[in-house]
Amino acid sequence: MPESLISARGLTKKYGDFTAVDAIDFDVAKGESFGLLGPNGAGKSTTMRIIAATSQRSSGTISILGRDPEEHGPQIRAHLGVVPQQDNLDGELTVSENLFIYGRYFGLSKKFIQNKIEELLDFAQLQDKRDAKVEALSGGMKRRLTIARALVSEPDILMLDEPTTGLDPQARHILWDRLFRLKETGVTLVITTHFMDEAEQLCDRLVVMDKGKIMAEGSPLELIKQYSTKEVLEVRFGSDRNKEVAPILREMCSRIEELPDRILMYVEDGEALLEAITAKKLHPTTSLVRRSSLEDVFLRLTGRSLIE
Amino acid sequence: MKTAVEIAEERADRWGHQLYAGRARAILERAFIALRSSTWVPIVTGFIEPVLYLLAFGYGMGELIGDVDSGRGTVDYAVFIAPGLLATSAMNGAIYDSTWNVFFKLNESKLYKGMLATPLGPLDVALGEITWALLRGLSYAIAFLAITAPLGLVPGVSAILAIPAAVFIAFGFASFGMAITSYFKTYQQMGMINIVLLPMFLFSGSLYPISVYPDWLEFLIQLFPSWHGIELVRDLWFGYWDSGTLLHLGYFCVMIVTGLYFTTRRLRNLFMR
Repeated sequence: MPESLISARGLTKKYGDFTAVDAIDFDVAKGESFGLLGPNGAGKSTTMRIIAATSQRSSGTISILGRDPEEHGPQIRAHLGVVPQQDNLDGELTVSENLFIYGRYFGLSKKFIQNKIEELLDFAQLQDKRDAKVEALSGGMKRRLTIARALVSEPDILMLDEPTTGLDPQARHILWDRLFRLKETGVTLVITTHFMDEAEQLCDRLVVMDKGKIMAEGSPLELIKQYSTKEVLEVRFGSDRNKEVAPILREMCSRIEELPDRILMYVEDGEALLEAITAKKLHPTTSLVRRSSLEDVFLRLTGRSLIE
Repeated sequence: MKTAVEIAEERADRWGHQLYAGRARAILERAFIALRSSTWVPIVTGFIEPVLYLLAFGYGMGELIGDVDSGRGTVDYAVFIAPGLLATSAMNGAIYDSTWNVFFKLNESKLYKGMLATPLGPLDVALGEITWALLRGLSYAIAFLAITAPLGLVPGVSAILAIPAAVFIAFGFASFGMAITSYFKTYQQMGMINIVLLPMFLFSGSLYPISVYPDWLEFLIQLFPSWHGIELVRDLWFGYWDSGTLLHLGYFCVMIVTGLYFTTRRLRNLFMR
């Protein structure tokens, strides 16, 4: 078992009567890329804040690098790089000044930071924007700068809360590429996301969260294997006929999910099933055979979609 | 070269290490960097305002008024209001920095949230921001003295003490202002600050002695910090020192400590609970 950097047992956070995080257990190993996957309000961000020592738990235990955040907040935060969900870059400063002053907040020497800035600007592909004000940057650039800023203190753990929410597809792919490179250098990543593709791309292992609880845990592949089938056949008959056909389809495979606009059929061989359906003269208006994803895992576990 | 972790570990066993990382200067450093590119208009306005008041009232109205009993001897009207205006500009500068600026960083740009995700503590942020407001009070005081001395409005060398006094006043107002602002969530609430401030300054004795009021109003005014600030600076301006001066100093000590306490507490509750 590799060294565990973060370890939580029965971790709970309550706000009055509302339980945001409900007695969860998890471990994050050194060098691992660990994901918290779940819809909005699942308790992911609250968990992140507790790990980041900027929110105190209500009960349970948590240790980060062997220390309790309640006692050793500043020392734990010195180990972490935090990328919040909402960018909080310093709008009054330029790109390089943002990196510089953030390093100063950690107490790092000016000389060290000056050298580090060059490295980080290269990493974030922002060399030609170094003297630009933050407002002049695109959403993707801002996010890359926020990540670069979090790296100025050479953290052991990088915390990313919804890193690509609000970015266009191209900006997302650039960001994923940057995060991959980081992973290769051995930085431990803790990522929250409600995008299944992001979780599949970035996470070695993840927990699926819903309503403050952990529903399942494993690598993306393990989870898919355990909670779903190899393939999924999506068929649409039009909103009126979906209901009519569903009972017939239910007979044809072990599990189906009726969504408002389409029916998902879980099978090992999607094409074969589609042929069988066509043979019954049930002609779907559209059909699609795809591999199972974490979205299907979530649907199975909670009966709901990730993005509602 | 020390790493971020080594730096944080050095303070791990100190009392209050959760609240204070000993790096308020990093916040100050940020303010200096931001100053380079920030708009100078409010800063310059804060400096020109008391000079304009001095010209308009001291030399305009002063011609009609003649001499005034300052409570420390009878003096020319312009000489009477000069220390009052100095105190007022120190207060205004400190209030501007500690209220609207702080409100923005707290609620709009989420700057404090970012700062407190680092090993910095809430007291670092509070002290750093307040020290910045102090420096502003200091520069206003020096500039004001440099303008009024050649005009013959400075009665003696002891008036130089009005500079540290102005800084002290700025400290009190900045610390208290930041504490109040940290509890405010909306622009409407912030607007209340302005509603309270204007009458407080107009009626607190910067332009005339409050002995003109009926007793009850005089007593009421004496409860407000602006009166203590104006009187403190006026005492030192005229080289006058008595138990009242100590009372003014004490008033601001309480204001500074209370303000720092509540600011730190509030920042911790907002971002670290």
